[in-house]
Amino acid sequence: MGTETALKQTPLFEVYKKYGAKVIDFGGWALPVQFTSILEEHEAVRTEAGLFDVSHMGEVLVEGKDAESYINYLVTNDVTKLSINQAQYTAMCYPDGGTVDDLLVYKLGNEKYLLVINAANIEKDYEWMKQHVKGEMALQNISEDIAQLAIQGPKAESILQKLTEIDLSEIGSFKFAQHVSISGITDILVSRTGYTGENGYELYLAADKAVVLWEKLLEAGTTNGLQPCGLGARDTLRLEARLALYGQELSNNISPLEAGIGFVVKTNKESDFIGKSALTAQKKAGLKRKLVGIEVTGRGIPRHGYKVISKGGEEIGIVTSGTQSPSLKKSLGLALISADQAEVGAPIKVEIRNKMIEAVIVNAPFYKR
Amino acid sequence: MTKVISSLRYSKEHEWVQQLEGNRVRIGISDYAQKALGDIVFVENPAIDDEVTVNESMGTIESVKAVSELYSPVSGTVVTVNEELEGAPETINEHPFEAGWLVEVEMSNPEELDSLLNEDEYQAFTNEGEE
Repeated sequence: MGTETALKQTPLFEVYKKYGAKVIDFGGWALPVQFTSILEEHEAVRTEAGLFDVSHMGEVLVEGKDAESYINYLVTNDVTKLSINQAQYTAMCYPDGGTVDDLLVYKLGNEKYLLVINAANIEKDYEWMKQHVKGEMALQNISEDIAQLAIQGPKAESILQKLTEIDLSEIGSFKFAQHVSISGITDILVSRTGYTGENGYELYLAADKAVVLWEKLLEAGTTNGLQPCGLGARDTLRLEARLALYGQELSNNISPLEAGIGFVVKTNKESDFIGKSALTAQKKAGLKRKLVGIEVTGRGIPRHGYKVISKGGEEIGIVTSGTQSPSLKKSLGLALISADQAEVGAPIKVEIRNKMIEAVIVNAPFYKR
Repeated sequence: MTKVISSLRYSKEHEWVQQLEGNRVRIGISDYAQKALGDIVFVENPAIDDEVTVNESMGTIESVKAVSELYSPVSGTVVTVNEELEGAPETINEHPFEAGWLVEVEMSNPEELDSLLNEDEYQAFTNEGEE
């Protein structure tokens, strides 16, 4: 395909073919949707381990005396609660409460933070961040210099442990270690985080070392069933674990409260932040829309953008994500619907190709390890 | 290289057509198509007695990732539907030319077969698409 040359590539692009990747256009990036099969890769992550190239994600470094107060004004969660070597999931909002992006904040040092943002939002986010720069601090978009590999699944820890001298069991959930050596490759940030619903690690390192790390990990993990995984499996895994995807569950007109990630919105934090008054008002008035799990019981698969219809025939919202769940073997989705119709157990319908297909509101996450 | 069966004819929408007795044909999707789709998790075939029209949608096939239309390679009436696929759509990935067939149609205009591709033409057509 001639258009591929125009797509952005990660440092791993050169080895995709060797591992049989099917490469497609993911929002301007040439990324592997799968290596063998989405179902097989999904299963590997649930039962053994999978390795993902997520180097397309963006990284912004914030340094300086006022870095903490700056970030705390930018995001909805409270970064003053972070210790060094701790990460926090958070959202960045517009004044009206709509979401600029969801992101991870890594506290590298007392005046040094790493913000990890979605690939499709790098430029938009960086512009937004620059607009709000305040005080003694420096902002640096280092997305192109940093690669990220994610090793996820019940065997991720034992595989990674073979290659490093640090004790991985000492890194708790949402904690990380800096300047780690893995298989002789130095200066890697090892973070116990992920986007699959399984235990695992996200590894940040210099882009030019990514290929070597990828190959060392696969070599060490073969006997444990480690498989290279594409973004197709990443999407089904995150959906089963009810992890939000920007552009689907979150957007400029969906607030983090509506998207079901209210735990990252600290309206009671002392300092002001962008969107605070709008989000406080949303909380006070009660949400008009709510993200729910749905299970399609009739024949069909819910997909992004399909209409959700009440039992009475009224349109009550839309499907944000959906798939045939590989782990639960059910047709499942997430939907943003009127809060007054969002009762678990309520029968609804999903409009699939002009047909009204029976569905029901269910609890999510669908999968918990 | 993907498999192509020589006694079959192919549409540019990647359906194969096998002529049975009289004007009756069996229809499925090609090996190339099942590979391109990936893991198939849902098939919505037309119903028996439905009229189908050449190059128009006769159903839907869904992989984990995407929804695709099934375009009928001929016009006619659906006489048999592969009901096994409802509970086991992955059969199409496993045996696209055999157990993974979709429907059988009684053709209303058998001349439409002439405009379909033979094995060599289809192979050439899919190779083009890969470049």
